[in-house]
Amino acid sequence: MLEIKNLHASINGKEILKGINLTVRDGEVHAIMGPNGSGKSTLSSVLVGNPAFSVTEGEVVFNGKDLLAMSPEDRSREGLFLSFQYPVEIPGVSMVNFMRAAVNEHRKYKGLPAVSATDFLKLMREKRAIVELDNKLASRSVNEGFSGGEKKRNEIFQMAMFEPKLSILDETDSGLDIDALRIVANGVNKLKTPETSTIVITHYQRLLDYIKPDIVHVLYKGRIVKTAGPELALELEEKGYDWIKKEMGE
Amino acid sequence: MKAEQQYIDLFSQHEDLVCRKSVPAMNAVRAAALADFERLGFPSLKSEDYHYTDVEKAFAPDYGLNLQRLEIPVNPYDVFRCDVPNLSTSLYFVVNDTFYDKALPKAHLPEGVYAGGMQEFARQYPDVLARYYGKLAKTADNGIVALNTMLAQDGFVLYVPKGTVVERPIQLVNIFRSDIDMMANRRTLVIVEPDAEAKMLVCDHSIDDVKFLATQVIEIYAEANARFDYYDLEESSVSTTRFSSLYVRQAANSQVVVNGITLTNGLTRNNYYVSLEGEGAGLSLCGMSVLDKEQQLDTFTLVNHLAPRCTCNELFKNVLNDHAVGAFSGRIYVQEGADKTEAYQTNSNLCATREARMYSKPQLEIYADDVKCSHGMTTGQLDENALFYMQSRGIPREEARMLLSVAFTSDVIEHVRMEALKDRLHKLVEKRFRGELAKCAECRICK
Repeated sequence: MLEIKNLHASINGKEILKGINLTVRDGEVHAIMGPNGSGKSTLSSVLVGNPAFSVTEGEVVFNGKDLLAMSPEDRSREGLFLSFQYPVEIPGVSMVNFMRAAVNEHRKYKGLPAVSATDFLKLMREKRAIVELDNKLASRSVNEGFSGGEKKRNEIFQMAMFEPKLSILDETDSGLDIDALRIVANGVNKLKTPETSTIVITHYQRLLDYIKPDIVHVLYKGRIVKTAGPELALELEEKGYDWIKKEMGE
Repeated sequence: MKAEQQYIDLFSQHEDLVCRKSVPAMNAVRAAALADFERLGFPSLKSEDYHYTDVEKAFAPDYGLNLQRLEIPVNPYDVFRCDVPNLSTSLYFVVNDTFYDKALPKAHLPEGVYAGGMQEFARQYPDVLARYYGKLAKTADNGIVALNTMLAQDGFVLYVPKGTVVERPIQLVNIFRSDIDMMANRRTLVIVEPDAEAKMLVCDHSIDDVKFLATQVIEIYAEANARFDYYDLEESSVSTTRFSSLYVRQAANSQVVVNGITLTNGLTRNNYYVSLEGEGAGLSLCGMSVLDKEQQLDTFTLVNHLAPRCTCNELFKNVLNDHAVGAFSGRIYVQEGADKTEAYQTNSNLCATREARMYSKPQLEIYADDVKCSHGMTTGQLDENALFYMQSRGIPREEARMLLSVAFTSDVIEHVRMEALKDRLHKLVEKRFRGELAKCAECRICK
């Protein structure tokens, strides 16, 4: 699915990622944990092609294709999806128009005709149910005036619409109360298939109670310093990150 | 030779002709207009209000004028393909500056309502015309208005008598049609008497590639409790220059909407002068433009609050691309005694290229107590975060830019109070951003 080799990336000349190596196979759920400022969000930004970051070294292969050579829109059409940590508000662009434009771009890329208005609304209705997103939100401007929880639910709703091969959930749990967390996590689990993979970026074990990872990584100072099974997340929850820092000889 | 002289000479040599082919009420104010024009001339670039529009340069070339009122060989019904069809309007044409009085639409007008040319109105309602014509558009204040008043021979009149509601909107299509460079001096007079109501849509089109120069003066009288909407859709051509001055006088509790949309043009100067003279009058004054290539739009608004409890909402938005230049100067006066005034002004602009320029100047002068007033101005670029967010969902950057630009201007269109027109305008603006409206520059409707 995804193979990251020796990935280095910087912003404004400051190197944040210092040689990431990561392999995600079909059907796997990976959790990436780590203290603040370790580069977790930078990794997700770089993978989806945020122009604010520049890749200085390394390669990323996504289903056999050179991911870093693709435009952000092509990465999406190839099946990569990021649930944003801070979803962007777009006043004046309705969710319906936004999603229709996006879905049709995906279809065009696959050589399919544009979806009919009736089919599209049916699809919206179906997918909305997965994250219990209110119809009213779907007719409003994208994320405008949405609460923190609604924004995150809206991200997972979009994920449901696109049915991506690889989803990156960037701190999807932040700002969610317990009920919303359960709804969002259930949504993600419902969308899971043996062919799709997920990378969950989080500070806490909490989300991993609902979305069970196969592999847990610890990202620290721009490198993956530890990789283990789900028990690693529990250990981190219990002991914090200090012992990792100690192991690193600090 | 200064640009003014050729117009003074033209008028002096042909005054008889100009008057013979016009109507008494228009002729009655020509001498004063000439004197004012000789005194004022064209506003210079040095004057504060015309800093960004070179008026003299626009008027300097030699344009043809149809003082003889020769018939222009054109059937507007053939050449005009409306961009806002299916609106069920009562449709009228002005070709250059002559009211097209052949094959008028079947009248859907209520009893006593007049919509049509100046000539016929002068015959039917000479007293009304004399009472209103030229009373708002003072030639002593503005050289271009003086020039227009001196030379204008015809025009369009909408007269809605007391208590009458005109359900079907009036649509006036201004067509520029000529084989040589042509100047037109257009006049529009709107009188909406107490408790009367009407809506009017004006569309500007240029159907030839020659240079066109229009001066236009629009006078709107909204009497007590009158309701009037004026929508101006400018889709002329890159070689069309327009100097427009729109005057509104509002009596007590009248409600007026003025919304000016520029999608295609060369150089346009829009002046809006509104006097809120009666207590409780309400004004919505909006405008938007999509400007690219070398298009220019200079908007000037002056809203004068003279009575208590009047409201004014101003919203102007511009999207500038390529080398386009925009200017906005908005002045609101709240005069002594105009207590409980509510006046808001917003001007927001998007500059999509480094070369595009926007000059904005909001001004607010308050001489009354207990008022709510605000003005705000922003000029910037599209939100990079929003663009990236859309791209990350598979929408190409150009499409994302288009969606955001359409969204940026959509609230101006939301102020339109004709549902069918609103829908059409949303689609039209999107087409404009997609470059599907370039007919005025590239292909010509008349061919």
